[in-house]
Amino acid sequence: MGLVHHLEPVETTTISPAPPPAPPPAVAARPLAAVRRYAGRWGLIAALAALPVYYGISDLTHGYQAGFVAGHAVIHHDLSKLGFNFAEGLSNGAIWALIAIGYTLVYGIIELINFAHGDVFMIGSFTAVGLWATLGLGLTTGALGLIGGLIVTLVITMIVTGSLNVLIERVAYRPLRSAPKLASLITAVGFSFILQNVGLLWRGGSPQSVNDLIRAQQPVFTIAGVPILRGYILAFAVMIPLVFALTWFINTTRAGRAMRATAQDPEAARLMGINVNATISLTFALGGMLAGAAGLIYALYETNVWYFQGFKAGLIAFTAAVMGGIGNVRGAVLGGLIIGVIQSLADSRLGPEWTEAVVFGYLIAIMVLRPRGLLGEQTREAG
Amino acid sequence: MTRWRGRLLAGLLIVTGIVLPFGFGSASGFMNATIIAVAYAVMALGLNIVVGFAGLLDLGYVAFYALGAYSLGWLGSGFFFKAHIHVLVSAVADTLPGVHLNFILILIGAAIICAAAGALIGLPTLRLRGDYIAIVTLAFGEIIGVVAVNGQSVHVGGGMTLTAGNLGISAVDAPYFPGIGSFGLLDLRPWYWLIFAILLVVLFVNLRLRDSRLGRAWVALREDEVAAVSMGIPLVKTKLLAYSIGAAFGGMSGAFFGTYYTEVNAGQFQFGFSIFILAMVIIGGLGSIWGAVVGGLALGYINNYLIPDVLNGLPARLGLNFQLTEVEFGIFGFLLVIMMVLRPQGLIPERRRRLELTPPDAP
Repeated sequence: MGLVHHLEPVETTTISPAPPPAPPPAVAARPLAAVRRYAGRWGLIAALAALPVYYGISDLTHGYQAGFVAGHAVIHHDLSKLGFNFAEGLSNGAIWALIAIGYTLVYGIIELINFAHGDVFMIGSFTAVGLWATLGLGLTTGALGLIGGLIVTLVITMIVTGSLNVLIERVAYRPLRSAPKLASLITAVGFSFILQNVGLLWRGGSPQSVNDLIRAQQPVFTIAGVPILRGYILAFAVMIPLVFALTWFINTTRAGRAMRATAQDPEAARLMGINVNATISLTFALGGMLAGAAGLIYALYETNVWYFQGFKAGLIAFTAAVMGGIGNVRGAVLGGLIIGVIQSLADSRLGPEWTEAVVFGYLIAIMVLRPRGLLGEQTREAG
Repeated sequence: MTRWRGRLLAGLLIVTGIVLPFGFGSASGFMNATIIAVAYAVMALGLNIVVGFAGLLDLGYVAFYALGAYSLGWLGSGFFFKAHIHVLVSAVADTLPGVHLNFILILIGAAIICAAAGALIGLPTLRLRGDYIAIVTLAFGEIIGVVAVNGQSVHVGGGMTLTAGNLGISAVDAPYFPGIGSFGLLDLRPWYWLIFAILLVVLFVNLRLRDSRLGRAWVALREDEVAAVSMGIPLVKTKLLAYSIGAAFGGMSGAFFGTYYTEVNAGQFQFGFSIFILAMVIIGGLGSIWGAVVGGLALGYINNYLIPDVLNGLPARLGLNFQLTEVEFGIFGFLLVIMMVLRPQGLIPERRRRLELTPPDAP
């Protein structure tokens, strides 16, 4: 049975990074739909801008407490705290972006929310931490050895998580490809729990701190009063090349073209001689590899790992993928960066205990205002 | 003929259910597990309306457990200590500060609060389908969980807060009925009969709903939304009713759990619980009423009797360094995967779904 066999012939999502503008569907017949489309997009942008603008104005007018000197609070009236929030948020966002791409690729090709994806990321972190212990990387390792060791770790971690994701697809999703979609979503949730418990048995139930190999909190240089830490640079140094490599792969290689064809119409792709099962496996492998890379950065940056980190990261990254427009790689990166900033603002202004609620509040706002996201096209699911 | 057999069977089940506690110690671990399992079955019946009948995958059902339990905490304890409201409660509770309502009133209150919340959660999902509904409901469930944990810092006036966070609202009233007295934790039988009665009511409502106009509208929406709407089924009303009614049952069970555990603690309301209830519905068979009951009882016993009391030492005996209770959610996840891959229609499949999930070329 084909994946889109019973679907209406609407434009499906695409994993090509250059989405054609969505054709206006029957604007004349439903004038309100057009209004809602624009209101939705601008409403979403307004909702996204609300937090930084509000806190920016509040910092400038009321000021913020920058520290204590001789028992008196020092109040500053500038934007450098906001800048710090942005710097931290964007680099966190780079991690979420890598995970979000995994959601978006898989959703683009088989229209499934791979619920276990966040936990694949967690396994990636655990693998990386285990590997650098095996390789003997420690706080005393020299710079050259450290860089070499981390590159080896990155490659092995990506292979492990990529294979894990392929395995999950093979065991839990492929047998259910022709069953109602609810079925594979439920196995995805089931696998998420299995992986979490693997993590729980692997490293125990509480967050574990790991060696701060790269001294992530050490500033490298300062831009307009905002210190740029090593961790930030690491996040972007890994994320940007990987995203470019991925878009190159999808756009130019034969396998990438097969992926795009399968995403558009699996049945037709099969008729054209594309091995659809292999292509889907490849998609899962790519998503898993990026999640593994994100896992390594997370462990180096946050310097702690926890079996439950994947659940939260998965939901945040999924929000990012939906925000950018699910099925769209550029959208996932954009959404990841935006969610990172929102998260960092909520962390520093409202307190970390409320962050989750803020991020999920945004998720619901997106669903109400513009279910297809910032860059996405109209899909059947998100009408 | 078959009708009489069905009634006989139902009567037999009810009588067995009523006399069951006489076979076990009045405060035994098995009795405790039975009470919890029956309360789970009530929740599974509620979720089955949303997921099974109407086909709206709800991953945030824990929200209604939380709201139900908090309804009990708010309306049946000294938590709102500035208020002095007493309706039909025991002589002891009558003298205490706070809001103290009779348990039946709290049950109705919990059902109303949860029904309203269910409709509210349903609203943003009306335009969405499939996976997106799952994510929105999950987000709502998580937000309610976050609010429950941080409710200590949300002030509602007079020095009172919204929830007690991880400290928990303790010293909640035990159910009290004039002529019977208050329930105590030394004799679990009255608790059992109470939740069994709730189960019977919910079960009856479920059976009548399934065969009603509304029940058929749910199934029609589940099977083909476009066709159902073009046949004149009101989409908004039908979907919101599914969310509300399903939520109301979850809230009733949640209120019972609140009083049975004698505490309403924010730590109880985790995402895993939503999946746990979903697993009951799936294992029983989506859309099948008896399946939901069997699934709820089965997982209830596995979770509260088999894993902690019977099999917990198994990994240690096999030389593994962990306890089975640590990985219980992994076990449920495994059950979900196995069930979906091998027997997606569940233990007691609904007839329509069995036909749907059996490949046409299979014998």
